[in-house]
Amino acid sequence: MARISLRVNNQTRVVEADPQTPLLYVLRDDLELHGPRFGCGLGQCGACTVIMDGKAVRSCSVAVSAAQNAKITTLEGLGTLEHPHPLQTAFIEEQAAQCAYCMNGMILVAKVLLDKNAHPSEDEIKEALNGNLCRCGSHLRVIRAVKRAAGEPVSA
Amino acid sequence: MDSNMKMTTDANMEAKTEANMTAKTISRRQVLKGTGALVVAFNLFDPLSHVMAQVAPGALNDEPQAGALDSWIAIGRDGKVTVFTSKVDLGTGIETALSQIVAEELDVPFKAIKMEVGDTTKTVDQGVTAGSRTIERAGPQLRQAAAATRQQLLKMASAKLAVPIEQLTVTDGVVSVMGNGKKVSYGSLVAGRPFNVQIPATGVGWDLKVAPDAHVKSPNDYKIVGTSVPRVDLPTKFTASFVYTQDVRVPGMLHGRVVRPATVNSKPASVDEESVKDIPGIVKIVREGSFVGVVAQTEWAAIQAAKALKVTWTTPETKLPANSDAVYDYLLKTKSFAQRPVVNRGNADAAISQAVKSYEATFRWPFQMHGMMAPSCAVADVQGNKATVYAPSQGPFDTRKRVATLLGVPEDKVQVIYREAAGCYGRLGTDDAAEDAVVMSRAVGKPVRVQWMREDEHGWEPKGPAQLLTVRAAVDASGNVVAWDFLDRSFPWTESGGQPLIASRQVGIKGEGQGALNGTGGGGDTYTFENQRIVAAAIPWVKPDPTPLRTSPLRAPGDLARVFASESFMDELAAAANADPLAFRLQYAVKNQRAVDCLNAVGKLANWQARPAPAPAASGNIAKGRGIAVSARSTTVVAATAEVEVDRSNGEVTVKKVAVAHDCGLIINPDGLKNQIEGNVIQGTSRALMEEVKFDASGIHSLDWASYPILRYEKIPSVDIVLIDRKDMPALGGGEPSIGPIPAAIANAIFDATGARLREAPFTPERVLAAMRSATTSTRA
Repeated sequence: MARISLRVNNQTRVVEADPQTPLLYVLRDDLELHGPRFGCGLGQCGACTVIMDGKAVRSCSVAVSAAQNAKITTLEGLGTLEHPHPLQTAFIEEQAAQCAYCMNGMILVAKVLLDKNAHPSEDEIKEALNGNLCRCGSHLRVIRAVKRAAGEPVSA
Repeated sequence: MDSNMKMTTDANMEAKTEANMTAKTISRRQVLKGTGALVVAFNLFDPLSHVMAQVAPGALNDEPQAGALDSWIAIGRDGKVTVFTSKVDLGTGIETALSQIVAEELDVPFKAIKMEVGDTTKTVDQGVTAGSRTIERAGPQLRQAAAATRQQLLKMASAKLAVPIEQLTVTDGVVSVMGNGKKVSYGSLVAGRPFNVQIPATGVGWDLKVAPDAHVKSPNDYKIVGTSVPRVDLPTKFTASFVYTQDVRVPGMLHGRVVRPATVNSKPASVDEESVKDIPGIVKIVREGSFVGVVAQTEWAAIQAAKALKVTWTTPETKLPANSDAVYDYLLKTKSFAQRPVVNRGNADAAISQAVKSYEATFRWPFQMHGMMAPSCAVADVQGNKATVYAPSQGPFDTRKRVATLLGVPEDKVQVIYREAAGCYGRLGTDDAAEDAVVMSRAVGKPVRVQWMREDEHGWEPKGPAQLLTVRAAVDASGNVVAWDFLDRSFPWTESGGQPLIASRQVGIKGEGQGALNGTGGGGDTYTFENQRIVAAAIPWVKPDPTPLRTSPLRAPGDLARVFASESFMDELAAAANADPLAFRLQYAVKNQRAVDCLNAVGKLANWQARPAPAPAASGNIAKGRGIAVSARSTTVVAATAEVEVDRSNGEVTVKKVAVAHDCGLIINPDGLKNQIEGNVIQGTSRALMEEVKFDASGIHSLDWASYPILRYEKIPSVDIVLIDRKDMPALGGGEPSIGPIPAAIANAIFDATGARLREAPFTPERVLAAMRSATTSTRA
C-alpha cells in the first residue's frame, strides 16, 4: 500500500492504495465518483474514460501510481445537474442515451475532441468516438449532441 | 477501508439513504408508519417523506395488495404524487412513459410524479419487465389506478366543497367548482391521510386487471400522453449523479468476485488458498457446494485473488457441441419437446405435394449475446434469516423468490430493491449476480458487492438460442403462392421462469423441466395464404444446462431469425415471380391492414421505386441494393427497408440507411419511441452483420469485445422513422418489435445488390463472398 496524491476535478485527493490498482477502482471506490464506469477492464469499451492531462484515457488500464500529478477530469468535473457543461446540456437536449452506462465515455471523448477541434465534421466525430462501444444503439443521437454542442445545425 | 465507506458528496445522498435502509430490512408498512430511526433516513429522500406524512399507522399490510388504492398511488400534502410500480426502467425510458400515463389520468403536472420502482416491499408484483409488455399491460394497470384515484379525490372534493361531482373540474391537481371560484388542491384534500379505499383487482402479473371500471379520459383529450416529454433520468445520468446498481455502496460492504469453472457441474477438487496469500485484504475464499468466490476488502484485491486463485476443477463431460455446424445438425435431428402452431390453415403438406412448383430453403441463426455494457452486478446483505438485495433484475419478485429458495427462508424475509444497470435486452430476467452476492454475503456475514468481470459476463451470460428454420412454399399455375409451411427449430430458454441460476445450482439446487419456447412471432404470420402452417418447435437442450451455452430471451426472442427466414423466403418468391418485393408483400398482407399501412408508409419514406430484385448489375466493386421486410411482434407492426453497399472484392457489407414504419397503437412518447427504434435498428444491424458466439467443445471463445465485436460508429446507418399513431387503439409495446425485420431487410438488400441469397447469419464477408460464388454457379429456381 502507498500514499498516493491525485488531482481530480481541481481537487487534491490523497488515497491509500496498492500503486498497481487501476485508477478506475480508486476513483469509484475511494473517491466515490460515479462517472467512470467498469465495462470491461480491458481498455476495449471506453465506459471508464477520464480526461488525463487533456487526453481521453481508459482508467481501467492506468495504474493509479501513473496518474499521480496528472490533471484528471471525470464526468463530475464537467458540470453538475444544476450547472451542466454545454456538452451535457446538448446530450440532454438530444436525449442522447438509453441506459447511458457508456455515456460517460462518449461525453468525455467528445470534450477532448471539441477542445482540439471546435467544429468537427460528422466523420471526425465518428472517428473520435469509434473506440467507444454503445449497446443500446444511441450513436446517432450522440453524433447530433456533439454537433449541437459545437454549435452546428442539427437535423433530427 | 472504513474511511472509504464514509459518504461525503451530495451525489451519494441516495446511496446513503440506501445504506440506512440496508441497516434494517424494512417493510412498506414500517415506512408508512414512519417509525424509529428510519424517519431520519427517509427525510433525506424527498418523495418518501411525502408518503410518510400521509399514511396512518397500520394502513397497509406488509405486502402491498393490488386491491388497495394506497398500494399504487400516494399524494403528499404538497401535491407530489408517488407511484409505486414493480415495472423497472431498463434504460428504455419506461419510467417517464408510465409517469406520463399517470399524470394524464390524474390531471396533475408531469413534474408532480415520482416513481417508486421495483422494491418488493413497496410494490405490487406486476410481472417481469420484458416482452415489450410494459406499456401494453402495466400501462393500463397504472392508468386505471390513477383514474380510480382521481374518482376518489373528486368524491372527497365533492364532500368538502358541498357540490355534486358533476360540477367539479380538475386542472394541475387542483379541483375547482365550475361557475364559481371555489377550489381545493389534491394535497390539501388528502391532508396526510391514506385513501383506505379498496379497488377491484383480479389476475396476477401481466394479466392483473386493476379498477377496470374506473372511468378514463378519451385519448382525444390527452395533453401529456402523446408528447415527447424528456426522460426524467437522463440529466442525472449525464452528470454522474445517477445511482446505478454498480454505484450502490452500503456501510461495511466488501467486494466479491466469482471463480467460474468450465461447467456448472464441475466440482472444485482442490482450492489452493496459499496461491493468493500474498494479496492483502482478502477476507475469505468462499466455498459452498461447487461455488467458489473471493471476498476482499477492496475491489482490486478481489479481482486479483479471483484471477490468481488456483482451483483444480473436476472436468465432467461438457456436452458443448464441437462447432456451429454440430449445433444446426443437432437442431435438425433432435425431436422437439414442445411445438406451438402459430397458424394452421388448410393443408400445407397436401398443397405443396400437389403443387405446380414448390420451393424450400433452410436458414441458420447462431447463438448471440445480450452483451450488456455493464457486467452483472448486485449487492447483498444477508443477516440471519433476512436478506436485502440491490439488483438490476427485470423481475425483482422473481429474484426475491430465487434468493429465498437459495437461503431456505420465506419470501417475505427477502427484500429486493431494484437499481438500474446497463441496458440488458432480456439478460437480467436471469439475475445471476444477486445469487452470487447472497452466497458470499452469507459466508462472511457482511454486505457484499459482486461484479462480474468481462470474461464472466461474455462467457456465462445466458445466450440468445441458436435456431434452424425451414420454409416451404407452393405456387399455382398463375404464379400465386398457395401454400406456406414454416418450421422454427430453436433451443428453449434454459434459464427462464423459476430455474435456479448458476450459484444456486452450484450449491445443489436442482432445476427442472426443459425450459420455455423461444417465442413464436414472425414466420410469415403477417400474410394470409390459402394453406398455411407456421410452427415454433423447442428442441431439448442439455437440461439443466451445465454449459456456458445456457440460454434466455434475447431482445425480440426468436423474431430476428424467424423474420430473417420468412422475409428472405418471401423475397425469393417475389424474385421467382419477377415481382417488386413491396408489391408482392402487399398482395399477401391484404388481410392485415396495419401491415399494409406500414409497408406503404415505409415505401413512401424510403422513396421505394417498384422493380424486381436483384437490381441491374452495375460496374465497379461497390454494388448497391435495397431490401424490405415486415413483421409483427405481439400486436405491434413494423416495416423496414435497408439500403446497403456490398464490396464485391471482399464481401464487406455496409448498411447505409434504414427506414422504419412503426405502428404500436397509441403512442405515449414519440421521441422515446424513436429512441427505441433507432437503437433497435443499430443493434439489429450489429446482430445481422457481425454477431456470433464462438465456441467449441472446450468452452466459449467469445470472451471480450475483440472476440465478440459489435457495430461501431464507423458503420452506423442513418435511420428514418415514420410513426403511425393510432388513437383508436390501446398503447402497445415499442421496446423490441422494430429489431425483428432489420436482418431480413439487410439480407434482402444484399440480394438486391448482388443476386446472392444469405441463408445464415451473421452476414460476414466470408459468407457474403460464398453466397455470391454460389449465386453465379447455381441455376436460379
